[in-house]
Formats: sequence, structure tokens, C-alpha cells
Amino acid sequence: MNKSLIAMSIAVGNLILATPILAEGPLGLPGLPVPTDNPQTPEKIALGSRLFNDVRFSATGDVSCATCHVAEKAFTDSPLSVSEGIRKLTGTRNAPTVVNAAFNKTQFWDGRSPDLEDQALHPFVNPVEMALPNHDALLAIVRGDPAYVQSFSGVFGVSAAAITMKEVTRAIAAFERTQISGDSPFDRWYFAGEQDAISAQAKRGFTTFLGNGRCVSCHAIEQDFAVFTDHLFHNIGIGINNIQDKVPELARAFQVAKNAGLDVDVAVLSDADTSHLGRFAVDDQFSSMGSFKTSTLRNIDVTAPYMHDGSLKTLREVVEHYNNGGVTKPEDPVNPFLSGGIRPLNLTEQEIDDLVAFMEALTSPQFQSLKAQSVAAAGVSGDAQ
Amino acid sequence: MKNIAVSNRRDFLRTTMSGVIAGMLPVSLVRLSYGKEGGPDFTFAYISDSHIQQVKGNQFVRNWDRGLIRAVAEANLLEPKPDFVVFGGDLAQLGSKPELDHGAEMLAKLNYKTFMVMGEHDYYLDLGEYWSKLYGKHYYSWNHKGVHFITLNSILTYDDWTFDRWESDERRMNEMAGLDNPNGSPFMIGAKQMEWLRKDLAKISKDTPIVVFSHSPLQKIYKGWNFWTEEADDIQAMLKPFDKVNVIYGHVHQIQYNQIGNIAFTSVMSTAWPWPYPESYALAESHLPILTVPMNRADPFNERDATGWQFMSMHTGRVDLEFNLYNNSNRTIAFNTAKGHPEDTTFTDPENRIPAQQHF
Repeated sequence: MNKSLIAMSIAVGNLILATPILAEGPLGLPGLPVPTDNPQTPEKIALGSRLFNDVRFSATGDVSCATCHVAEKAFTDSPLSVSEGIRKLTGTRNAPTVVNAAFNKTQFWDGRSPDLEDQALHPFVNPVEMALPNHDALLAIVRGDPAYVQSFSGVFGVSAAAITMKEVTRAIAAFERTQISGDSPFDRWYFAGEQDAISAQAKRGFTTFLGNGRCVSCHAIEQDFAVFTDHLFHNIGIGINNIQDKVPELARAFQVAKNAGLDVDVAVLSDADTSHLGRFAVDDQFSSMGSFKTSTLRNIDVTAPYMHDGSLKTLREVVEHYNNGGVTKPEDPVNPFLSGGIRPLNLTEQEIDDLVAFMEALTSPQFQSLKAQSVAAAGVSGDAQ
Repeated sequence: MKNIAVSNRRDFLRTTMSGVIAGMLPVSLVRLSYGKEGGPDFTFAYISDSHIQQVKGNQFVRNWDRGLIRAVAEANLLEPKPDFVVFGGDLAQLGSKPELDHGAEMLAKLNYKTFMVMGEHDYYLDLGEYWSKLYGKHYYSWNHKGVHFITLNSILTYDDWTFDRWESDERRMNEMAGLDNPNGSPFMIGAKQMEWLRKDLAKISKDTPIVVFSHSPLQKIYKGWNFWTEEADDIQAMLKPFDKVNVIYGHVHQIQYNQIGNIAFTSVMSTAWPWPYPESYALAESHLPILTVPMNRADPFNERDATGWQFMSMHTGRVDLEFNLYNNSNRTIAFNTAKGHPEDTTFTDPENRIPAQQHF
């Protein structure tokens, strides 16, 4: 993972002469943002990894963070549309990958958590995820486990009785910050000038990505790195398209309940219709109705299905949805709250294929082997590359 | 800023006696006493300048359709429900029956009583004939909860421009739609309507709050774009004897506010597209009200950027406007009783402003 500064400077020298290489790390990624109050240490990361994989932190003793964020599946639960928690209870949202989540400015599809530390609090106690009655149940397990007690003492300098969710979530977040991946064929071509790294079709797809596809306005790339997100929320016509007539009733009922103390995290994962309200459930803004966070495109080829509800099975379906102007089938009604950036694109079949080829070039080396199985699981015939 | 606004609202929601939700807009909806002593509170919504435009047959400009559809859908989500909605004119782009019908169909989805204002784009093809079939009178007044509301048709002009000058109705429409057009003509309400207004106001006591809806500003801002009403000075003189007068106008597709004597002027946004400020664009001198905080230019990617609609509440005889703006921070233009004029509650303080882009 760590490259020498000299090697990177040479590699990118032709492309971006004036830009200094600021941080070590995978090609194509910015410097890793690490909170000053939660520095990375090997011991903390190891502790976080153990917590992440501990199935005891669930009501049934068989679900951990890793149940839905499977390392071997690029930290998703592909090919599930929406995640399964305890007793196969299903939530309402497609598990977002942990990989590169460290670069997100908010967490969850609707951004209801500001950072990885806060995010880690919620699934433990959500009734359709790990369903612990409260965080004390988790802390009791940690405090009663001599190995954990020793680790927490070493990493945070706290006694068993003094371990709180603050330390638990900081350790998990530290582990998650190690799950970053760049070095994709696209990165080697675009940032390192390796001409043969991607196909001519993928290169054409990148042109469409920047131009007729209008993709880059939200899936942003920078001069010397690309996280492929603007960190904003957009109504792109997924989910809310299916509940258009119910929006006034749902929105009102949700607002009334929220003002009476409803737990938003529980509400949006328990009810599919409420889930489709998206960012509106978090910030109460009309302009957020039905909108969700722009997700990264890195490793997108191995994390099917797509969108917050996992309703689109293939990358081609995704491009077609955008090409139709925010409807999955051309004849479907557009929802009134559609983002102003979404409109019919009139892409050619060739441009659509090219865009898919471009996205297929965004897979990091460590996930390349997943591609075959992901494609098979999504029920797609043929080989796209 | 946004967080503060939200938490204010939450505080209000938690402490309000009624217990009902008091507005889904992220605003601090303080319970406001209105107008004459003991007058009831109320709110209304304002949608304007949708410019529904036919391409051919059943095909209309998608962008303008989306703007109106979205404003209507959002206005229907308001809590508490507004007492009524005003549509501020320019429903159509070129005044044709298909455009007015298509716009009317979208407006009909509003769950509220709707009052219509005439815009020049609705008028100059057939001089308002088809619009009248849909919506009735071109100017009228009514009373609501202690307030006297007046809707003017302010986009008329000289008879010798309107009649017998153009070889076709379409030509007349297009000439009036142009900006900086030497063939154009200034907006007026005309002698007949002026007399009607005089009589209408004669019946109203001077302490009754008055709200006037017009399409063009009843003040002279910039003649080249008809940000202008020719008899503005005379109309203002007629309104002067009243304690509290509010003028709400469309046409300008941007946020403006101004105070002249007792009259508070506030513009509304278009659901279709924004205009830049004349001062940043025109070669001519601009009289844009100095209280106005300039808007940044629109993001061309986001079709809804720099468009929006308004939610209005009455405040001791004054109208406060909440601008619902997509892809932007929402803005509030409220009457500042201490200063005696409307102002942007957030961005009047230069410290809070997002620096405006000066190059185009």
C-alpha cells in the first residue's frame, strides 16, 4: 500500500508537473483524513478490527459489523439488495462499502452521521441490525472480556469500568480508516500516465463521464485525486418514484413523529416508504426530499446491486436510469422533487456501454478477483471486458 | 447558519402550545400577531414566473415544467397549511392557449385557493382573452382576516403600442418579451385601472394593512428590462396615506427589497430561471434598491439553481418572506420594525455573506 514518494513523483510527473505529492497512499486518493482526537495506531486498528468482527454485539449473538460489510465482498453484502440483520430481518438500504468511507464527509446514505465514530454507534442498537437493547449491553461484554480490557487499557489507558462507547467507536473507526483503496486501472492511466492501463472504450467512457453523461458534476474528480463524490445529496428518482402519491402523507406523519421524539435511525431502516424520504428525514428541507448521498464509484463493479435500496442490478441499468432522466423505465412518471441536475441525456448505446466500461476500470487490485463472482451473482450473462 | 435555524425551529416546535407542527420550512416560525389588534395569524404561499413554453404539440420545455411542478408539490407539503396561494404572473411564455392550459393543469394540483396575477407573457398574444376564460378578472381586491389585498394588472402599456402597431399578435407578444428592446414599451396600469384603484382604496380605513400584488415592480428600477411601472410615483402617492403597505411583485426573477415611505417592496423568485442583477449586466445605470443583497450566479448544471418559490407570513401588518431556494441556502426577507424596512435576516450582515461572483 505504501509507495515511495520518489516513485510516485516520477509516475505522475508527466501529468501534473506542478503538483507536489503531499501524502503517501494509494494512487488516486487524497491524504487520509484522521481526526486529531483519534490518531491511528496499530494497536487501536487491531482492536477495532476485532470489535468490527465480534458477533457477540448482537441480540442473537450471530451478527457483527462484518455481517453486512464483508471484507471478501469489498466490505458490502453483495448481492443483497438491502441488508439482513438478526433473524434475517431486512432493513431498507443497500450496505454501503466501508472501503474509502474514511473520505466521506457524512456517513449513511442520508448522511445522518457526521463521521465514522458516530456512525458506528447506531447499528448495534437498531432493531433490524444487531438489535442490542442499548449500548450498555455491548459495554458489559467488552468490560467482561479480559483480552478487550487489556487492549482498551493499552490503547486508551482506561480501566475496564471506564470503557465507554467513545473508545469502542474510536477503535472501530480507526480500523475502518485502514480500508482505503486506489491504484485502479483508471488511476494508473489518469494520474500516472500509464497509457495501456485501461481500454480505448474505458477512455471513451471517461470522456462521456465528463461530458454528455454529466456524471462528474456529482461524482467529482480533482486535479490529483478522485473520490468520485461531491459529498452532497440528490434526488435522482430512486425509491421516491414509487411512493409519489404518498409523499404528503408520509412527510407529515414523519414530521409529527420526529417532533414527538421518533428515532430517525430506527424509522428509516424499519419502513421502506419512510426510507425513501431520504435526506429530508434528517434535515427537514423540502429541497432534500427523496435525496441520497452521492456514493463513490470506486470498486463499483464489484458491489452490485446499486442505489440506496439496491433496486438496480447492473451498472448498465444505472446508466439507463440516468439516461432516462431519473426514471428506471422511460414511461415511468418523474417525481416532482427530482434534482435539477438530472435530466434526459440522450446517450447513444455506444456511450452507455463506454460509461460502463469506464466504471469497470475503477476496481482496485485487491478486489479484481471479485468481479467474476459479482457478475455471476447479479445474474448477468456475458463478459463485459 | 442552517443548524441554528433548525434548532430555533425545533425549540419552537417543542414549546408551541398547539402541539401541531408549525411549518416544514427550516425557519423559526414565531407566532406573530397580525394587523389590527386581535387579528388572526395567517400564512400564504407565492409561486411566480413559470414561463411554461410550448416546443411543439404536446411537447413543452422540460426545465420550466419541472420548476412549476416542484413548487406546487412543495407548497402542498406546507404545515400549517397556507390560507391561499398567489401565482405572480407569467404562467406562459408566449401566451398561447396550449401554454396557459398546460400551466393551469399543473397549478390545479395545488390544494389551496389560488389567486392569479397577470404577467406580460400571459397577456400580449390575445390581450388576456384566454387567460380571462381560465381565471377571470385582470385586477381585483378582497379582504382576508383584517387585511386588504389588491391584485393589479401592471403590465399594460400605451394604447398606440398595443393596438394597430404590429402586423401580428405573435409579433406583439415577442416585442414585449424582449429585454433592452428599442421596440418595447414601459409597463403601466393605465388610467382606467388607476381610477378603479382610487375608488377601491377610498373604502379602506387608513389603519388597515394593505398588500398589493403586481407582476412588475411598482417602483422604477431598470427601464430596459421593464423592472418598471410607468405610473409608479402616482400609485405610491395613492398608497401613501395608509399606515402599512406591502407590495409583492414578480417579473424580476431575483430577490429585491426596498422601502419607500410606508411601502415595503419585495420581489419573488421565478420557478423557471434567474435573471442577473441589472447592475452586473446592463450597460445602463441601475437603480436597484440599495438594501438588496446580490445573489451569486446560477450553477448551469443544476436547472433549479437560483429558482424557487416563497412562503409568506404576516407580521404586524407586514409580510415576511421565506424563500425556498434549491441548491442554495434558503433566505428570509422580513420587515425589521426597528429599522422600518425589510431586510435579509441573515445576509444583511456582511460578515455572513457568501462573496458574490463579480465576473461573468
